[in-house]
Amino acid sequence: MESGRTAGRRSALERTQEALFPTVGQSVASVAALALIGFVAYAFIDWAILRAVFTGSDGSACRVPNAGACWPFVTHKIDLFLYGRYPEAELWRVKLTYALALAGLVPLMMPRVPYKLPLALYLLAVFPVIAFFLLYGGAFGLPVVGTELWGGLLLTLVIASVGIAASFPLGILLALGRRSEMPFVRWASIAYIELVRGVPLVTVLFMSSVMLPLFLPPEVTIDKLVRALVGVALFSAAYLAEVVRGGLQAIPRGQYEAADALGLGYWRKMGLVVLPQAIRLVIPGLVNSAIALFKDTSLVLIIGLFDLVGIVQQSAQADAQWFSPQTAATGYFFAGAVFWIFCFGMSRYSAAVEDRLDARARG
Amino acid sequence: MRSPDLKRWREPATWKEAAYDPGVRAAVFQVLLALAIAFLAYEIVSNTIENLRKQNIASGFGFLSETAGFDISQTPIPYSSKSTYGAAFLVGLANTLIVAFIGIAIATVLGFTIGIARLSPNWLVAKLALSYVELIRNMPLLLQLLVWYVAVLRTLPFPQDALALPGGGFLDVRGLHLPRFSLDSGGGILLAVLALALAGAWWLKRQAGIDREAGQTVPTRAQRVGWGLVIAVPTIAVAIAFAASSVSYPVLGRFNHEGGLSIEPEFLALVIGLSTYTAAFIAEIVRAGLQGVPRGQREAAAALGLSRRQALRLVILPQSLRIIIPPLTNQYLNLTKNSSLAVAIGYPDLVSVFSGTVLNQTGQAVEVILITMAVYLAISLATAAFMNWFNKRTSWAER
Repeated sequence: MESGRTAGRRSALERTQEALFPTVGQSVASVAALALIGFVAYAFIDWAILRAVFTGSDGSACRVPNAGACWPFVTHKIDLFLYGRYPEAELWRVKLTYALALAGLVPLMMPRVPYKLPLALYLLAVFPVIAFFLLYGGAFGLPVVGTELWGGLLLTLVIASVGIAASFPLGILLALGRRSEMPFVRWASIAYIELVRGVPLVTVLFMSSVMLPLFLPPEVTIDKLVRALVGVALFSAAYLAEVVRGGLQAIPRGQYEAADALGLGYWRKMGLVVLPQAIRLVIPGLVNSAIALFKDTSLVLIIGLFDLVGIVQQSAQADAQWFSPQTAATGYFFAGAVFWIFCFGMSRYSAAVEDRLDARARG
Repeated sequence: MRSPDLKRWREPATWKEAAYDPGVRAAVFQVLLALAIAFLAYEIVSNTIENLRKQNIASGFGFLSETAGFDISQTPIPYSSKSTYGAAFLVGLANTLIVAFIGIAIATVLGFTIGIARLSPNWLVAKLALSYVELIRNMPLLLQLLVWYVAVLRTLPFPQDALALPGGGFLDVRGLHLPRFSLDSGGGILLAVLALALAGAWWLKRQAGIDREAGQTVPTRAQRVGWGLVIAVPTIAVAIAFAASSVSYPVLGRFNHEGGLSIEPEFLALVIGLSTYTAAFIAEIVRAGLQGVPRGQREAAAALGLSRRQALRLVILPQSLRIIIPPLTNQYLNLTKNSSLAVAIGYPDLVSVFSGTVLNQTGQAVEVILITMAVYLAISLATAAFMNWFNKRTSWAER
């Protein structure tokens, strides 16, 4: 790092030598790291390409000794992994929903595109309604597709996006409640946040799946997916509340006082002055919460819903036709890659937004 | 942020004035909120009682003393299918605590190593650590547990072709089989020598403190002797104990390895998955903590002629611990809570045994889930209390 000033004048070889082999200890570390990288890369290429099976219509092709990854398992099951058991004739509805979501999301995420407010309104108010009727049906002549048929990546995205959308306002209210000067509001908020954060999501999901039906009047039945959504949203709200609270605490006192001096009431003070600044401050934390929630959707497997991880697990374990020693590993690799792309993409994007906001703040 | 409205409260002259008084508004709002919560609680309780009565499900905690009638694969405390549901609960709790404790120990060592490697001047080492963090953090823990359990440990060879490990251990589809040391007569000697060494080291440390106050430089001779004692004496003690104890090696029986110490694959998968996952988060916390120490401290250490390793151990790490410990506590709690994913791979932890099997057998969802949640809450609160205490002890007084 210190040598950056003179780096331009030296050859790549010299720079490599200085970076990796300056002392005996560093050289040993470099060689060990190189060996580890080489070993992992070779093991992966060997499994994923050299010994892998690429064609076949069932697991028999993969049941040869010493076979690597079983790719036909993924290519034959791809629809199941992406859409669950959603009827094939109706798949266009899911694809249209994805397209409509991207149509709003992509321009919203690109800094140069104008009309941010209409786009945001479309995504928050219009799209959810369209998406509900498209996916569930029951209106405009679309046949109903019950939520028990939803699965795979579709279910992952539905739970994650509804979970985030529902927990965000609740989380903000809890954060405001925690900093309220009304003692009962404050204590109720603290109790809720600490109780929920103290227990694992698995038990919250158990509670929403087993106990929620008990809480409701006997004549009310409640969909399994909705139960999971309630659990996920209630859980996530407690974590979001703590993130937002961090932002609220970071806003200088003067901002609150200035809003008071303007004669703004509590809600206008928070909504127009404090929250917009606080939320901008905690964008990294919010994205981290979103990523955590996205990964956590896989836990619905435990209450019998099959998201991407669940459906890969189920078809690797329960489908005798595709059974082979490497079937499960191949399926997990696919699911892992999909999750990784989503989560890594989100974290990179948020880092870019943060940089841009920082640059703008610095002028 | 705290507006002084509440303190300005005074007797309102008219009802109209009272309706606009912030103090009155706050009181009314709180009463309404309390009523709403009370109404919700009443609805929930009465609906639940009604539903339970209709489904003929017993209520109360009497079921804890009934016979469980099912077996558990891993029982650190005495348990059989004739034991009670209460005993099954204790087995699940013990299993959760064991996994959490061992997982935390491994995750801490791994996380600190990777976090320090993230800041290594060696480009390769730093990037390798970064790749580890980015790879592990961005995939669901449940998926990683399934990979370890189904794709790795379940595809190991059968006991006949078990992988032999150095030192007489074996690894196969039934788990890890290690030699078991039983300290018959050696145990007492070991403990006695260990206690003696620790007492000696403690006394020497006090002497070192006295020396230091007298102006002697660090490390003092007493400290060096102390460290020598702490390392050398237990080594000798272990050697003596080893000689005086018996070792039972795992031997291949008809179906499985017998004798020795067997670690089940479910436990292995859970510990490996939890600790490697948590280590990625700890690594980032450690990196941020190390970077949070002012640059001048590093430069001052260099100016004193300390090597990079010495600077890290004596100057940077002790200071960064103040930054590291609070989020580290959160990761410890996360690991403990995440151990509830054991239910997906069949390790009999608290959730799996109690919220799974016991709930299904008794149907007493309310009691079972409440007890489970109470246990995790108690663990959270206890950890938070311990860490607060630790934090207070290690944080340095600001001048």
